[in-house]
Amino acid sequence: MSGPLILGVESSCDETGVAFVRGNELLGDVVASSVDEHARFGGVVPEVASRAHLEALVPTIRRACEETGHKLADVDAIAVTSGPGLAGALMVGVSAAKALSWALDKPLYGVNHLAAHVCADVLDHGPLPEPTVALLVSGGHTNLLLVRDIASDVVELGSTIDDAAGEAFDKVARVLELPYPGGPHIERAAADGDPQAIRFPRGLTARKDLEKHRFDYSFSGLKTAVVRWVQERQVAGEPVPVADVAASFNEAVVDVLTAKAIDACRTHGINDLQIGGGVTANSRLRALAEERCAAAGISLRVPRVRLCTDNGAMVAALGSQLVQRGLPPSSLDLPADSSMPVSEVKAS
Amino acid sequence: MLLLAIDTATSAVTVAVHDGDRVLGEHTEVEARRHAEILTPTIERVMDQAGRRPADFTAIAVGVGPGPFTGLRVGVATAVTLGLALDVPAYGVCSLDAIAQSVRESGMTQDFLVATDARRKEVYWARYRSHADRVERVSGLPGVDRPAELPEDLRALPVAGRGPLLYPDSFGQPLEQGDVDAGSLARFALGELAAGRELLPVQPLYLRQPDAQPASAQKSVLAR
Repeated sequence: MSGPLILGVESSCDETGVAFVRGNELLGDVVASSVDEHARFGGVVPEVASRAHLEALVPTIRRACEETGHKLADVDAIAVTSGPGLAGALMVGVSAAKALSWALDKPLYGVNHLAAHVCADVLDHGPLPEPTVALLVSGGHTNLLLVRDIASDVVELGSTIDDAAGEAFDKVARVLELPYPGGPHIERAAADGDPQAIRFPRGLTARKDLEKHRFDYSFSGLKTAVVRWVQERQVAGEPVPVADVAASFNEAVVDVLTAKAIDACRTHGINDLQIGGGVTANSRLRALAEERCAAAGISLRVPRVRLCTDNGAMVAALGSQLVQRGLPPSSLDLPADSSMPVSEVKAS
Repeated sequence: MLLLAIDTATSAVTVAVHDGDRVLGEHTEVEARRHAEILTPTIERVMDQAGRRPADFTAIAVGVGPGPFTGLRVGVATAVTLGLALDVPAYGVCSLDAIAQSVRESGMTQDFLVATDARRKEVYWARYRSHADRVERVSGLPGVDRPAELPEDLRALPVAGRGPLLYPDSFGQPLEQGDVDAGSLARFALGELAAGRELLPVQPLYLRQPDAQPASAQKSVLAR
């Protein structure tokens, strides 16, 4: 084993993650989630998430140490998500990381959550092919990125102009009376349905939209279309075919996600696509991405599901890249930046 | 012994280092909304001035509020993480007690109130009594109320904290102690520990539930 030993801390949404990475190797990864506490609210409640982060903080760091047999004093650097994300949630992780950096006299790297998602895959499949196109899909983000250098050159090609894809799953689940979080429940319901049963709209794919929003996404119209379709059945006193609605909605989402990602690869002459973020747990997304990448001669990389959801491992992985490339650490007065742009891989 | 005292429960970020006899260094920065940015650099600065290193600490005392949640958590997260990294105990102190300590140190001998900004037109408050050797919170756990709804006899007491500055019509004469200063917090914590009294767990005194409504039914999108 070689390379710097990095401790990664993540707290941008509802998962408190702490992990140790050496070089490109994951040594241990502990995640405490407050997802159950948000269920009755139908979405992440920032104050609930922030309180849960603070409670989980020390136990999660402790467990990561126990699992890896490493002491905090062993680390060469600390990496923390400094944005984007929920401000109050970010501040818990950022405060902890600064305390560690100062107490242990080790450099601090404030890193971008989205770049960290892209970087997670180095832990599964080794160094990223660069350049690569990356598609990030989660409850809070939906972005298409052009990654020329994961440590220093990440450009946003497009993003959602309204809801994140995962948010659309949550909202449609509520309409179908399925539990939160919507993604896994919709996928389960969709297993018995016909994805071609209902032709739901594909956001921003009309010719006029492609001029301005070629690589952007929109899921708000799709959600409204599903709600309307369901309510029309209800008003007419007809049964709602939940499986068909779920399957058709799921298909509409993954169709547009993958189509635009492939288009981005072709447009930029890039033959590598990286996918990450919590929605990557969706098996239809993985299957359709594989199928379309194979047809287009693009090699696809997707890390295991555990590395796609929020975790400290991806933060440590990106921190490791920054350290290995000799980039200077962030300042101790680094802010939690809830709207950190993806072009800023590392906070100054 | 070397105690690090910090508080982020008011608009100030305040840090002090106490060696058991006296405060070796102290700094207070009044910069609401930037707590997460400036706390650790402020600790670093106070320690450098005191000529001490992180490994020299033997304990940490932190204000656990009540106070605006986001800023409050910055102090608590920092304290518990430092405690873990340096393997030293961390103690919680009610932030109003720290303000009361500085009121007592200014020579106050009668009962007084501490009322701080709880936002939403409310204050966090508690009643204190000065003794020869210490200050005592005599009203139990701090309350959170609209100033005008506090009993008349409480509002007539001298009041420290920002409450009387924000709500001058509801309170009597404001005392000069507005925000927490960490030197007072350190002296309060050491006094309590020396007297064998327990400090608080290092958990925020939120006193309010998170603001959130359970998911409601989907509204109709159909034209009526």
